[in-house]
Amino acid sequence: MSEVSYIDRPNRTLAVYAIAYLLFLYIPVLFLPLFSFNDAIYVAFPLKGFTTKWYEQLFNNEPMFAALLNSVQVGAVTATVSTLLGVFAAKAVTRYRMPGKNPVVGFIMLPLVIPGIIFGVALLILMSRLGVPLSLYTVTLGHIIVCVPFSMATLIPRFEGFDKSIEEASADLGENMFGTFWRVTLPMVFPGLVASFLLCFTISFDEFIMAFFLSGTEPTLPIFIWNQLRFPQRVPGVLALGTIILVISFAVVFFAQWIRNVGIHDKTKRGM
Amino acid sequence: MSTTTVGTHVTPSNVNRTRDRITAMFLGNEALRGYTLLSPTLVVMAIGILVPFAILLTMSFWTQVAFEFDTTPSLNNYAKALEHPVYETLLWRSIMISGACSIATVLLSYPMAYYVAFHVKRYKMLWIILMTLPFWTSYLLRVFAWKVILGFNGVINSGLKSVGIIEQPMEFLLYSPTAVVITLAHAWAAFAILPIYVSLEKIDRSLLEAATDLGDGPVARFFRITLPLSLPGIIAATLIIFIPTVGDYVTPALLGGPDGIMMANMIQAMFGKVNDWPMGAALSVGMMVTVAVFAITFMFVSRKATEQIG
Repeated sequence: MSEVSYIDRPNRTLAVYAIAYLLFLYIPVLFLPLFSFNDAIYVAFPLKGFTTKWYEQLFNNEPMFAALLNSVQVGAVTATVSTLLGVFAAKAVTRYRMPGKNPVVGFIMLPLVIPGIIFGVALLILMSRLGVPLSLYTVTLGHIIVCVPFSMATLIPRFEGFDKSIEEASADLGENMFGTFWRVTLPMVFPGLVASFLLCFTISFDEFIMAFFLSGTEPTLPIFIWNQLRFPQRVPGVLALGTIILVISFAVVFFAQWIRNVGIHDKTKRGM
Repeated sequence: MSTTTVGTHVTPSNVNRTRDRITAMFLGNEALRGYTLLSPTLVVMAIGILVPFAILLTMSFWTQVAFEFDTTPSLNNYAKALEHPVYETLLWRSIMISGACSIATVLLSYPMAYYVAFHVKRYKMLWIILMTLPFWTSYLLRVFAWKVILGFNGVINSGLKSVGIIEQPMEFLLYSPTAVVITLAHAWAAFAILPIYVSLEKIDRSLLEAATDLGDGPVARFFRITLPLSLPGIIAATLIIFIPTVGDYVTPALLGGPDGIMMANMIQAMFGKVNDWPMGAALSVGMMVTVAVFAITFMFVSRKATEQIG
């Protein structure tokens, strides 16, 4: 018993380090909201005074709203398609013994280990050779390819986490394949679906380099932000936009975490 | 459909039997069912990965002539890439910056992951969320935040100036490889913390007790038990950061300056203002191969090292 407490003895140095590290992670990000309320174009100390005018300007910024809408559309389609493809793949991989499964899964996971710029360039060349004009559709296609591995990686543990015999029981009791999927499998993996959807949406919403190569005349939000950064007088507006994105994404992360926990608690209850 | 295959003596029972056989084969063969279910994903990914990469590779053997492509295959682009030192410099710089960033991030994140895995008892989940939360905000804005901090009139310079520590802004902060390394180490921190945390959390605590019982002090125990067992997490973290950061475009473009631009910026220029797509394709292929060689060598060496310890 004393050995355990010896191993687990609180380590003050480490605790201080951990706090310092958290500060290193947060402080740069928190400068965005700080300066978004600062009444000056240039981002510099000393602070000039409190203002909300950058936010007011933002709400009258038509191109920003257009870019936001584009990003939401691309993100929603990307997340839906990637999650669907991820469900098929995750179920196949976890439920059936298949020869050559590992190389196939490895192949699907390839986008995780290839720099995004290479994908952007390769798809750009393909689209131009096929004569397909660049648009939000080409961006969406690129994002789907990058997101499927993430969706699969999120869903596989979900499928592994529940007992195959429940599905078999449903089949024995007369449900066909689709009935079983709809009434048994789907409700059980639902939290995983939500997690996968949110993850893919976030990745797509935040993705810059592929959209940089693959978008046509309609920019996604990151491309819009990138274009703003070239003009110093637009920077405070970007900071205000960044602050709003920050708040929303924090809220979404907490929601996603909550959804995941709901699922996990259900599972342990069922297991007992 | 079945009439052509079965022949003229088609009876309903015959058709049924064929159908039954197909159904039986389908239901009986697990692998076939698995692959049928996997096929939509596999087809999309095959089209999305193989076709673009095939055309990327093909184009790297073409030559740009004014606004047209000369499609006769040649190694011109690769020869040019080897001849001009600028490409080699950029590639090496990309590898060095991204290598330095991977090592720095892993070193900085390890104690953090260690603290949460071994010393945080309650609210573990809260700590994990806190560590990963900044990573969910826009990548572009996280990188831009560092420009705000390190800039000529940025937070550090204007802050130090307003409290009177320095007279003139320090210029070396922004537009340097160091700025790129710091920014990337911040932007990718979550990717190091999580794998290392997972590998530390998995370590069987009784091994540590055994080591203590057998007379190991905290330092010996760390180097003989904890560190070797967390190697998989360290290896994963290094690769997860190294591979994408080699091809990073945003950070060097915003913070790198002339001495800090990387391969991705050159590739982008080839597809942009330089307008030499085949050269850009060749550079992309070159970068991909280099990254793969480094990643595979690293994996091989670290596996050997792990085996030695084990």
